[in-house]
Amino acid sequence: MSAIPLSHILILASILFSIGFVGVISRKNTLFILMSLEVMLNAVGVAFIGAGSAWHQADGQVMFILILTLAAAEVAVGLALLIQMQRRFKSLDIDLLSKLKG
Amino acid sequence: MSITLVMSSLFFGGALAWYIEGVKAQSARWIALLTVIIVGFYFVISITTAGLDFSSLQTLVRLSWISSFNIEYALAVDYLSLVLVLLTLFLAVICVLVSWQEIQTKTGFYYFNLLAAIAGIIGVFTAVDMFLFFFFWEVMLLPMTALIAIWGHENRHFAAIKFFIFTQVSSLLMLVAIIAMATIHFQQRGQVSFFYQDWLTLNLPLSTSLYLMLGFFIAFAVKLPSVPVHSWLPDAHTQAPTAGSVLLAGVLLKTGAYGLIRFVLHLFPQASMEFAPIAATLGVVSILYGAKMAFAQQDFKRLVAYSSISHMGFVMLALFSFNAIAYQGAVLTLVAHGLSSAALFALAGMVYSRIHSRDLGHMGGFWQTAPRMGGFALAFAAAAFGLPGLANFVAEFFSLVGAYQRFPLLTILAAFGLVGSAIYGMVLFQSAFQGKEANRGESSKVDDLSKRELLVFSSLLALLILIGFYPNIVLMFFQDTGQTLVLTNTAGGQ
Amino acid sequence: MTNSLPETVLALLPFYPLISFLLLIGFGKRLSWHMAAILSVGSMALSAISSFVVINQLSVQSPILTVHLWNWFELGLEGSLTAKINISFYLDGLSAVMISVVSGIGLLIHIFAAAYMKEDENFTRFMAYMNLFIVAMLILVLADNLVLLYLGWEGVGLCSFLLIGFWYQEKANVLAARKAFIVTRVGDTAMAIGLFMLFKELGQFNINALTENANMLWTVGDDAPYWIALLLLGGAVGKSAQLPLQTWLPDAMAGPTPVSALIHAATMVTAGVYLIARMNGIFLLAPEVMNYVAWLGATTLLLAGIAALAQNDIKRVLAYSTMSQIGYMMLSLGAGAFSAGVFHLMTHAFFKALLFLTAGAIILALHHQQNLFKMGGLLKRLPFETALFAIGLVCLMALPGSSGFFSKEAIIAQLWSSNTAGPMLWYCAIFGALLTSIYSCRLFFLAFMGEKRFDHELQPSSSKLLKLSLIALAVLSLIGGIFANTIELSLSAVFPSIEPLNLDEPHWLHSVAIAAPFVGILFSWFYFSNYRGSNKENYQDNPSALVLFCRLGLGFDRLYDLLLVKPYCYLARLNKNDLFDQLIMLNAWYVGICHDVLKSSQTGKLRWYAAAIGLATLLLLLTLNIESFSLEAS
Repeated sequence: MSAIPLSHILILASILFSIGFVGVISRKNTLFILMSLEVMLNAVGVAFIGAGSAWHQADGQVMFILILTLAAAEVAVGLALLIQMQRRFKSLDIDLLSKLKG
Repeated sequence: MSITLVMSSLFFGGALAWYIEGVKAQSARWIALLTVIIVGFYFVISITTAGLDFSSLQTLVRLSWISSFNIEYALAVDYLSLVLVLLTLFLAVICVLVSWQEIQTKTGFYYFNLLAAIAGIIGVFTAVDMFLFFFFWEVMLLPMTALIAIWGHENRHFAAIKFFIFTQVSSLLMLVAIIAMATIHFQQRGQVSFFYQDWLTLNLPLSTSLYLMLGFFIAFAVKLPSVPVHSWLPDAHTQAPTAGSVLLAGVLLKTGAYGLIRFVLHLFPQASMEFAPIAATLGVVSILYGAKMAFAQQDFKRLVAYSSISHMGFVMLALFSFNAIAYQGAVLTLVAHGLSSAALFALAGMVYSRIHSRDLGHMGGFWQTAPRMGGFALAFAAAAFGLPGLANFVAEFFSLVGAYQRFPLLTILAAFGLVGSAIYGMVLFQSAFQGKEANRGESSKVDDLSKRELLVFSSLLALLILIGFYPNIVLMFFQDTGQTLVLTNTAGGQ
Repeated sequence: MTNSLPETVLALLPFYPLISFLLLIGFGKRLSWHMAAILSVGSMALSAISSFVVINQLSVQSPILTVHLWNWFELGLEGSLTAKINISFYLDGLSAVMISVVSGIGLLIHIFAAAYMKEDENFTRFMAYMNLFIVAMLILVLADNLVLLYLGWEGVGLCSFLLIGFWYQEKANVLAARKAFIVTRVGDTAMAIGLFMLFKELGQFNINALTENANMLWTVGDDAPYWIALLLLGGAVGKSAQLPLQTWLPDAMAGPTPVSALIHAATMVTAGVYLIARMNGIFLLAPEVMNYVAWLGATTLLLAGIAALAQNDIKRVLAYSTMSQIGYMMLSLGAGAFSAGVFHLMTHAFFKALLFLTAGAIILALHHQQNLFKMGGLLKRLPFETALFAIGLVCLMALPGSSGFFSKEAIIAQLWSSNTAGPMLWYCAIFGALLTSIYSCRLFFLAFMGEKRFDHELQPSSSKLLKLSLIALAVLSLIGGIFANTIELSLSAVFPSIEPLNLDEPHWLHSVAIAAPFVGILFSWFYFSNYRGSNKENYQDNPSALVLFCRLGLGFDRLYDLLLVKPYCYLARLNKNDLFDQLIMLNAWYVGICHDVLKSSQTGKLRWYAAAIGLATLLLLLTLNIESFSLEAS
């Protein structure tokens, strides 16, 4: 089996992560931000799996499962907040949530 | 005798007043008054029957508190603490009496804070474990800040914060010095100790003791206050409720002087000798600057506040001249100024309750309708500018005669404070009580003193005159201590 | 300790007026005029009787009477020694003269005041202050130590303040009172510094012990007595309204007239003279200072005489004349003629009290008109007052036979060949006598001669009390000269006799001195002839610039205003907000600025925060990378 070099995987993960990050900071819609966050989490997950297979250790896959669980929980909370936000502000614009400014 | 009992009954008396407020609002002040009177009597009786010689420190309690650091609950008194505690308890009665009508909101909590502050002050005057001293130093600060912040005048939050920050920052320096001293004790004796009498026996190199002394000195100079760290005082005084001002001027400033005597001069005799010219100069600057600033004020209470700075300058000058006469003068100034400035602030409160202004420009011609008040005002202003026959004259005279022995030139400069004090005293008295009655609309008629106010003023004036003509009732306790202090210091200095 | 009867009398002497003061203040307006008058005058009478009782006890065998009341305080010295400061009274020839003047004249003025102030709504308060003043003044002159003297000294200053500002609703009176208090306070401060210096040098405040120690420790011309005497002189100059602290006295005339008579003519202003006479032991050790005293006195007497020439207010003329007469006393003290100075103090108290009180009676009759140019022609309309005033003026001018003559001639006679004065000062004194008679004549012509220049009907007081006290004072002024020998005798025990220089005195000295006032009268008879005339045009008061300058006290007020008052007020205004506070509040300002900057970074926008976190992580990674690269490279 010809192994995919670790560097390729990491580059893929970084690209995915950057795409996610750019999505988080450039999108106003909270739904898209959540989706971008998912992309970022999955980018991290890819990196973990790549690293795990490169070193032949199961830790990477364990971590990925953990991330999946975390992502599911996060999406649940995030979507709940999203619904609340839609109710209160009639909008999903994240910039409206700026009550905490000094 | 038990100082602990005095402090705790003040504290619990205050707590009871706080509780009673919810049941019957008018009872709170009676509870407070009864508490301070009973505690005062208890204190007087117990010291007269104690049978101890208070010319040196007499340890009353010594219990282990935080044993891992060898911190103790230790209280001790000598004549200096006794006189100051007596002054505190006397002014406590005055404080309750002047608050009688003034405080209408949250009365119970008010008296709780007042009595807690007084308990803290008594703790400061009697604690001999330095950690405990620092603890009480903070205990008296918090309720005082609350008094200013909750029941003060229009700008109270600003004043309370300023007061708090000034004292807090300076006391942190003292905390550092206290910890350093404990560490030095550890290095020299193999165990940590915060006990004052242990520290007296430490051997400190001059350079170290100079730094440590500065730590204490700055904390006490802020409290005294001395120029240039005085500026919390005018704001705090002006904004505090009447009893707050009385307490501040009457006893809180005295904790600074007490600290200078007890800790700076006794713990670091050599360093304070070295430092004396600077401290004395600061004292003289305070005298003149305070007098000049007092003249410039339009606000009754601000004027009195600056006059306090001027008077405390005499204490600083006298203490750092290392002379038995000057030392007695300093102690007597503490008592005399405690009474006279308390009286002036009480007067300010009474004027404020009548015309709802502290602005001298809105006053004038009160004598027409309030001759009694005018007479007392004149007497207290005369006390402030050192009229012979009142306590302040003897105090200033002792301070200056003593200080002249060591700092002739500085004392001559300080003597011009007598002119300055005459100027502000006259301005204060004349613009409030003489001249034409200012047009104040419907409230133009100023009522004369009520019976309660008469009681406050006549007791203060009686004490001022008594001490003025027979100062030995205070001074007899300090003839020996003054001598020993001078001896230890001059010995240390050589 | 049991006191003999004279000692008890002496001990109680100052306290009768104190009791009266306390009662008057305590009961206030509830007392009727009769009650208050009886109380205050009665207490004064008790003091006066006591004074004469104790003075009669003094004799050549026992020239001193002391009484110890209680120990005030003790000042610790080296070792276990202490300097006891007692409340003790000391009566010798000098204080005997002073208490007889204070209580005697005080009694007469109290009687006058009871009638004069009858209509005032604050009559009790007035009499209370007058009583308090007498208490302080008696303590001042009876004190056996300088601290107790200082108590009286400040006490009379306070009473003077209260009485000048008695009609406190007038702004001008309030300011005059303030000025008097503060200007004298400057002198008092000098005196206080003198006391500190004395104590450092001698460790004593008791006057007799001081004099003894000083004579043992110091020789004539030492530095210490020089400075001490100079500083004490500062106090004396302030209280006695001499140059350069004289400006308060003319303004002090704002007070009721009995006050001007009692405090600002007869008693308090002579306290400075008393102080120097009392401390003669120190002053004699500092001949330079004695010389300054003489020159100060001479300058004051001339300048005050010139200023008196230009006044238009009858009380101000008398005020300047008081300054000038005290100048004579100072001159006499400076020349070493202590007993002559003290004698002049006494006669001056008689005739100046008479002049002020008569002026008061005239002012009352004229409905509070004090302007000389609005008087005139009183000779026919108020003959009784005119006669009394004339007696006073005769004494003031020191015409032969009057009390003023004996005392003033005694001073002038000793000037020429004194150690510390000299011919120059003699000429000053003679010129001063000339000026005195000229301004006296001007005053007399303007007020009493010529045509009537007032509109109201005259309302002369018919009070018997008023007249009684005036007549008593007039008699004293006329026959005061007979006390000359008694005084000389009793003072000879107090003052050391000083050998005069052996100068050849020109034989014409005495004749010139006697003639000087007559020359003045003659001069004014012609020079002020228009003031005697009936032409009303002559009485227009349109002063030239020079006259105005003199009338305003020769510019001293303006000078002090410019040099001291304005800068002090300016400085006070400039620094009203407290420079140190501003500096400290700078910290708060700085913290506030930082707070604002940081606050603006906190937008509350989630995406910005995320971007910042990302950027920061990137930077962190980069820097870590650079470091690891550089580590590898090395």
